[in-house]
Amino acid sequence: MKTFLALAARDVRLAYGRGGATLPIIFFLLVATLYPFGVGPDGNLLAKTGGGVLWIAALLASLLPVDRLIAPDMDQGLLDQLAVRGVSEESIVLAKFAGHWLGFGPPLLIAAVPAAALLRLDANMLVRLELGLLIGTPGLAALSVFIAALTAGVRGAGALAGLLMLPLAVPLLIFGAGSLDPYGGSALKLLAATSLLAIAMTPFAAGAAIRAARE
Amino acid sequence: MMGQGQLRFEDISCQRGGRLLFENLSFALGPGDAAVVSGPNGIGKSSLLRLAAGLLMAASGTIQRAGRIALADESLALDRHLPLQEALGFWAKMDGGATGKALALVSLDHLAQVPVRMLSTGQRKRATLARILASCSDIWLLDEPANGLDLASLEVLSQLIASHRASGGIVLAASHQSLGIEQAQDIRLEARP
Repeated sequence: MKTFLALAARDVRLAYGRGGATLPIIFFLLVATLYPFGVGPDGNLLAKTGGGVLWIAALLASLLPVDRLIAPDMDQGLLDQLAVRGVSEESIVLAKFAGHWLGFGPPLLIAAVPAAALLRLDANMLVRLELGLLIGTPGLAALSVFIAALTAGVRGAGALAGLLMLPLAVPLLIFGAGSLDPYGGSALKLLAATSLLAIAMTPFAAGAAIRAARE
Repeated sequence: MMGQGQLRFEDISCQRGGRLLFENLSFALGPGDAAVVSGPNGIGKSSLLRLAAGLLMAASGTIQRAGRIALADESLALDRHLPLQEALGFWAKMDGGATGKALALVSLDHLAQVPVRMLSTGQRKRATLARILASCSDIWLLDEPANGLDLASLEVLSQLIASHRASGGIVLAASHQSLGIEQAQDIRLEARP
């Protein structure tokens, strides 16, 4: 447990200390700013489609740091050192997941407020969006840690990571965007289920990927 | 806690990437023992150490270990942007060792506040040694520990190894140069036809 906390705290410090956490937020806000330029300043259209766009932005924002999640630690021998100390790969991944979410989830939830204003989302919609992001971003974080572990030994992993992760994130996106509907309660529950599934799968899948990369 | 370490290889074969590196390798190290693995480049010295550390699986045979293991390979495993002492503290806190004493032993105490990325090759090697010292482990696995060290540091290295053995520790080192370890077993890996 001590090791788990030390690892997660290290990742959070890395995320906030070197400005890594601001990157997803700036990206998120940029998308919200650019979208009206793309479809025109029609308030109704923006309000109707804006929530879905923000969900796509959140998905892409979780992908941004994917090449910095596992690969540097693998290269500099940190993962080997932890393994020598008897720390299981599964708990390393769980700590990485916790650190990654704490590094990008809360800032994203805050950035969603100005972004919603830029896209003319009303207060009810904003509440539903925040609730959905709160439930969905842990799932996105888990998926990006999984993909980060899978692509850690590969050169130019960034593009490959996108190709691998986007299809896996489709269910989160569908239920996330679905939960924006005023009667989207069931979508919210399905979003929670998908998110939990991603979180439950990640430690084992990513742990196996890290072990396989040692060979 | 020191003095109960044990490392025993029994008929170990190692295969990497479909190529058999060595087979039927057996040796046993008890408290105070040391062994030096030697042989040409690419013969499997580092793989042998990674087998001992439990990072690789042997193709056949059994490895018995007792006691805590510390591995010093070519990767530093210290956060590059952090001051040396703080980066070392991450591991020392986990292992229950003291960073100050370890840094003093490898004469890096004057660089404690310097970021890890500023260290030279030899200093990085000494920082790795400090990490090993601060880990309070029974079994030291040292991969080419003498690489990049100057004469004075080589002397320090052999003193540290000697005092670790005197307190009941085990040292398994892979090196292509002499490390000045007295009464060490010689594990020579030969090129295969």
